[in-house]
Amino acid sequence: MEWETVIGLEVHAQLKTKSKIFSGAPTAYGAAPNTQANVVDAALPGVLPVLNGEAARMAARFGLAVGATVHKRSVFARKNYFYPDLPKGYQISQYEHPIVERGRLLITTASGEKVIGITRAHLEEDAGKSLHEDMGGFTGIDLNRAGTPLLEIVSEPDMRSAAEAVTYLKTLHTLVRYLDICDGNMQEGSFRCDANVSVRPLGETRLGTRAELKNINSFRFVERAIEYEVRRQIALLSSGGQVRQETRLYDSARDETRSMRSKEEANDYRYFPDPDLPALVLTEAFLAEVKDAMPELPDAKRRRFCEQYGLSVYDAGVLTASRELAQYYEDAVKAAGAEPKLVANWVTGELAARLNEAGLDIAFAKVTAQGLAGLVRRVADGTVSGKTAKDVFEAMWAGEGDADAIIASRGLRQISDDSAIEEVVSQVIAANPKQLAQYRAGEEKVFTFFVGQTMKASRGKANPAKVNEILKRLLAP
Amino acid sequence: MVACNGSTLHRISLLNAEDIEKVAHLARLGLSREEREAYAQDLSRILGLVSQMNAVPTDGVEPMTHPDEAGLRLRDDVASGEINRDRLLAIAPKTRDGLYLVPKVIE
Repeated sequence: MEWETVIGLEVHAQLKTKSKIFSGAPTAYGAAPNTQANVVDAALPGVLPVLNGEAARMAARFGLAVGATVHKRSVFARKNYFYPDLPKGYQISQYEHPIVERGRLLITTASGEKVIGITRAHLEEDAGKSLHEDMGGFTGIDLNRAGTPLLEIVSEPDMRSAAEAVTYLKTLHTLVRYLDICDGNMQEGSFRCDANVSVRPLGETRLGTRAELKNINSFRFVERAIEYEVRRQIALLSSGGQVRQETRLYDSARDETRSMRSKEEANDYRYFPDPDLPALVLTEAFLAEVKDAMPELPDAKRRRFCEQYGLSVYDAGVLTASRELAQYYEDAVKAAGAEPKLVANWVTGELAARLNEAGLDIAFAKVTAQGLAGLVRRVADGTVSGKTAKDVFEAMWAGEGDADAIIASRGLRQISDDSAIEEVVSQVIAANPKQLAQYRAGEEKVFTFFVGQTMKASRGKANPAKVNEILKRLLAP
Repeated sequence: MVACNGSTLHRISLLNAEDIEKVAHLARLGLSREEREAYAQDLSRILGLVSQMNAVPTDGVEPMTHPDEAGLRLRDDVASGEINRDRLLAIAPKTRDGLYLVPKVIE
């Protein structure tokens, strides 16, 4: 039987605010335990939550970016459950009335563009962290993360393969960083993903029973976890079994998912509107302000790069993968004054290779946009050949100075002067009478021999185009 | 017992000991058998009252979640205020290396 995979994703994006969603405690990552948890985060009796306006602004910015309805009125609710890293005994979340509903995200897959529906996005607070190891039989609680603002983004079950799910996730990851609402750091848990996975016979319109996969903290693991789970469910159904609706943990070390708890015994969260918090009401003025401050989005930027700079869709896609890379490129084009395609080749070529090799982000590039522009100018005006320029780039990366200084100190300036090249070419021809005779007898292959000899004699500095032109002239009988 | 109009309302308003057990478990409350019975009666009365209110026609009325319809006051995103970890840790039953210690929990 042929099976169809159905996937929906829930993403928790940590919002990049300086302070927590309902308290004034700071949100910086990695501080000493409990040094960023105040009386509100520790849930001392009598404290009251006050909403961070920036969290609401960021949620609204996301909503507008995915073409969703940003509700002028949304309501915070209590999600009740007991766990020691949740000191209040409830998480403040949004339930019946989320701030964002009904959006869409356009993804580009191998088989073309596809729209993935976004059911909703709501604001909520994160819990603290439980440490189970080396606590002498106890569990240690660090409340630093408690109260950190999260935007939970829930997709429709619109994805049909693990690869599509990863593409959606990457597109969303790029978007939240463009919007400057989330740093996207998956290792630190700033961008977390749960996947709802089910399978059904191809052609069936009803959804199969789903399993919820948790604990997936990288794009690679999302793909693997879903692929494993799909295989497991198909094997189960094919052998006459049934999929249980349950939460499963992905274990990356073993590359498998295993049951965590089944929904039958799942918590009954008893949501109700939080009496401590009146409705979140967004005014027209607030929404207009958010709209005005909206940065150029990845799709629009990619289209503009194609039109304005004459780039291929592929190059434009690579260059707009992050806002910082796109900025670097545009800074370099501006500084170079022209040659947008040449700049693109350098950014997606040498620069990207160096960054990859060193595992560095564009922010840590050892050649600045202005520096790269200086080199590109020298390639464009013929001062150095493209080949020599790669050596210059390497020296720039090593911190030896700017392009002009390196070209001068290493004597790399290309020889473009006709008479100087003619002199070298004449010497090469005089030294190789046998090859000259062969060429004149019609063996055109010998031409490349002369090019090689001339480049060698000029120690690689002769302008290749000029060498070709002059050789043709002087070799002619 | 609150008077209920009609047997249907009366039936759905009745809670049994099992319901009470479940609610008590969710609230992490330990109840004796006598308490369970007492709560079953009390909570059934409350549900009876809710049933009466449910009988009021409310079509087209927006549910009110909070009497203050003006909405939330928003705070500026500034890290501010005191964090005194030592004072907070001091009132916890057990701590270690800046962490609160609780009986071991593994899901």
